[in-house]
Amino acid sequence: MLTCKEVSQLVSESLDRNLPLRQRIAVRLHLFRCKICSRYREQMLFLRKAARQYAIKTEEATGLPGASLSSEARQRMKQLMNEHASNQSEE
Amino acid sequence: MMKNKTDKERIPTDPGKWIDLYGDFLFRYAMLRLRDPAHAEDVVQETFLAAIQSRKNFESRSTERTWLIGILKHKIVDYFRKNSKELTVDDHDFFQRAVDENFDTNGRWKLIPGSWSRNSDEVVEQNEFWGVFRQCLTELPPRLANIYFLRELEEMSSQELCKVFNITATNLWVVLHRARHGLRECLTTNWFEKN
Repeated sequence: MLTCKEVSQLVSESLDRNLPLRQRIAVRLHLFRCKICSRYREQMLFLRKAARQYAIKTEEATGLPGASLSSEARQRMKQLMNEHASNQSEE
Repeated sequence: MMKNKTDKERIPTDPGKWIDLYGDFLFRYAMLRLRDPAHAEDVVQETFLAAIQSRKNFESRSTERTWLIGILKHKIVDYFRKNSKELTVDDHDFFQRAVDENFDTNGRWKLIPGSWSRNSDEVVEQNEFWGVFRQCLTELPPRLANIYFLRELEEMSSQELCKVFNITATNLWVVLHRARHGLRECLTTNWFEKN
């Protein structure tokens, strides 16, 4: 029988790889009987979803502090881009 | 010279306009992953320069923005490849212990994970929740966070992550568990127990 400690690790691992069948069954059996580990698993699954949603939210969020390039960086990049573009057209 | 706005994203725009069109988006994308404005600016700059060089590889099947993100992703991974210190055996033990503390010697829960009262569909509708989520992410040890972010945001495979960070798969899985565990704990204390 797997312990809760092992199951907690395997529950997380199942988000990163396909567990071998034997392990998958052992985890299932444990979860079937263990409320705490089942709760843990649900929370792990939630985190996966939340992290991806968070990424989308942050990328689309405009107007927040730190959500845009500083004007110095913008200027510097524009200048660099111009130099590179003119170098290229000369080639 | 005015470019007609109706020619949509699929027709390559003048590179001179890229910074105004995509700069902020790429910057946020990089900031989320690198968490440092100076480094984020650097990779965005490298992305634009690389994009100029490889403009002819741009296929109009994708949008310009998608194409630029593709380049940026590579730059971010390169950044981690060059700048990550290796995880030592000590680091690894440290991360392992942080999780192990929750169990007794028989592997049973000693510190029982708190229950999350609300169901997740409701929570994600609340802006305050995302503030707490962001805070909890910043509290992860930086090296854990780097790996965790590439895994969850970049959806990089275990195999690739092992290569970038030069660690074994077993260590990687422990590290990822530790990151999730820490995040879970932080959210329990700072959100679910308060709301």
